[in-house]
Amino acid sequence: MRDFDAIVVGTGPGGATAAQVLAEAGRSVCMLEKGANHLLALDAPYGPLGHVSNDELKFTRRHFLGPDPLLEPRTFRGDESGGDHEFVGDVNNLPSTVGGGGFHADGKLPRFREEDFCARSTLGPVDGADVVDWPFGYAELEPFYTEAERLVGVAGDHTANPFAAWRSGPYPMPPGPDMFCATLTTAAAERLGYHPYRAPTGVNSVEYDGRPACNNCGFCADFGCPIEAKGDPVGMLRAALRTGRTEIRPGVRVTEIVLDATGRRARGVRYVDAAGEPGEVHAETVVVAAGAFETPRLLARSGVGNPDVVGRYLMYHLQTLVLGLFPFRLHAYKGRSVTHLMDDPIVPDAAALAAAHQAGLPYARGGIVEHGGAGLPILEALHLPPGEAHSRAMLESVMRDRMAAFTMQGEDLPQAGNRIDDDPRVRDAWGRPAGRVTYTPHRHDVVAATHWAPRLEAVMREAGAHTTFWVTSPTLRENLRPGADPTPRSRHIMGTARMGTDPRTSVCDPGQRCWDVENVVVTDSSVFPTSTGYGPTLTIVATALRAARLVVG
Amino acid sequence: MPEFLTAAEHRTLAAACDRLIPPVDGHPGAAALGVADYVDGLLGAFTVDPPRIWAGGPFSGRAGGDPGFRRFLPLTPMEELAWRTRIEGSQGDPAREFNGPVVGWQARYRAGLAALGADFAEQDPDEQDRRLAADPEFRSLCYEHACEGAYAAPEYGGNRAGGGWRAIGFPGDSQPRGYTEAEVSGRA
Repeated sequence: MRDFDAIVVGTGPGGATAAQVLAEAGRSVCMLEKGANHLLALDAPYGPLGHVSNDELKFTRRHFLGPDPLLEPRTFRGDESGGDHEFVGDVNNLPSTVGGGGFHADGKLPRFREEDFCARSTLGPVDGADVVDWPFGYAELEPFYTEAERLVGVAGDHTANPFAAWRSGPYPMPPGPDMFCATLTTAAAERLGYHPYRAPTGVNSVEYDGRPACNNCGFCADFGCPIEAKGDPVGMLRAALRTGRTEIRPGVRVTEIVLDATGRRARGVRYVDAAGEPGEVHAETVVVAAGAFETPRLLARSGVGNPDVVGRYLMYHLQTLVLGLFPFRLHAYKGRSVTHLMDDPIVPDAAALAAAHQAGLPYARGGIVEHGGAGLPILEALHLPPGEAHSRAMLESVMRDRMAAFTMQGEDLPQAGNRIDDDPRVRDAWGRPAGRVTYTPHRHDVVAATHWAPRLEAVMREAGAHTTFWVTSPTLRENLRPGADPTPRSRHIMGTARMGTDPRTSVCDPGQRCWDVENVVVTDSSVFPTSTGYGPTLTIVATALRAARLVVG
Repeated sequence: MPEFLTAAEHRTLAAACDRLIPPVDGHPGAAALGVADYVDGLLGAFTVDPPRIWAGGPFSGRAGGDPGFRRFLPLTPMEELAWRTRIEGSQGDPAREFNGPVVGWQARYRAGLAALGADFAEQDPDEQDRRLAADPEFRSLCYEHACEGAYAAPEYGGNRAGGGWRAIGFPGDSQPRGYTEAEVSGRA
């Protein structure tokens, strides 16, 4: 019995991409999404619903995109010494909504470099980490990167980044306008010998794919786009729907992958719908794209995937935030949150190598540095003390309107002990165990962060900042005050169902199929063997394209 | 008219929030910004349908377009469960107590405002600060909501006439107008 050719669990960039490929190849596709739908009408012509808005309260304080940590708490501990958990609440909550993590992202979409796919063979092993090569190289993925940039609609300048991997053509759109604060920090970076460039961004700089150009409203990172200038993943979802062969069911929580009697093939999935009713749907192929937090939990619950590996090798980026306060206003509330990147920390120079060697490491790679500005008023207000100081500081708007920010997305080396499993005590509103993170960054990540932070502070001062400081996320354990949030705030979550060439040490094969149940295909960042120092989204889309093409043959 | 708070509670809350975000030259205090209305609107969110939790979109009308923020969005049954639990508390309902009992904001405000005293609004600032300091958890709750009420979109009941945004030089929601390239890249 088969209801659809394919089921896709999750409607974020990985699921949306797979659905588009499958549906355009003539397959019938059922997309199951545990969150609500605020993105697009599910009836032709699949227009916007008008729920997305420039509303700081709704998006940042009231869990509009889910998951609501009251309904779905998650827990965290640094390691086993933390007991069952040290923290309960919002742990890496990517949006749980139709559109998934693409909904709120500000759409910085760099490719990885050639060497990222073969870090083990080119850079060598690192003690305490399981750095491995990807099962395929950049050359194989390049056409899919090109296609991903076209599907999402990426605006960028292909000549601008001296560290970029080779590419077969230019971006589909020219870059959008530079934010004022980034014009200051990029000029300063260049004066100090670094190589900033206009970020490739999945935000229209001109009308594209029937969607308008961005009008720089400023509510970009953490928000959805009210005018659909952001292509990920509305572009792919709409394309899938337009085939007439895709159905999206919001509010449906997949509880289990159902296997046949042999245990080697999936028949479909079991779920609980929005009304709390259980159900089952069957298909030839089950695509799992629930995100690197939920995907390994679904596999583990279903007895799918190498149990020694599923959930392990959890990676984030060790984020280093370098902040500079300026004597004048920067109006970073206009524009696309971040308009420039630089890759210098990804390719270690002599000083970075020396710092690594001094720490007993073969290398230390940081990550892309995002040139952006500060936040919105409620965020600033909550960081201030109450009383007259509050009102006076808000008038000055030091943290909102006079602060520039670098965020370095530092590479996080894979470690088997960093993992996602079930918390033994905390439950969700559906009576199921809450997901739990056990995570401590590798020494490599910390060495890269502490090496680059003062150098990035120097860039801020060169740009005109009178005061600079830096913090990391997660906070390094030695700096963690009692009661402070120990969790990584990164929404870049990777590695928990890693792919590889050996079924003993990986969950998925090089085609992203589970080794033990090969009609279960994983198309999110769970399959990433390493984190690299780049944002994961474009690579999620490119690898999902490749994996889905292998399914349709 | 307040929706959940009594008139006396509303007066106490306005005075308390005015100590947390006091008026200074050029910045109105929480009372003038309508923060007590914001909190009352939140505590009484379910007296209207759809509840006053998520403002609609895509535009407010302040920068063009229709005033869609005024049309609040409906919640799914599970979203309603979460927000009712937060606001009303779990009240012994097993569906709301999957991780134990939850004391709701309504009960916390009722008790916290009573503890500040019916004569709170008439006290001098030092005495008001002293009473607020006696319960740091309630003071933190009020402060969090005061920050929201002072600077959230006015459709939620606070930030009266955009006065919070105006004071700090923030234009608020900008769609569908947005900003020109010159406004994004230029110094001003």
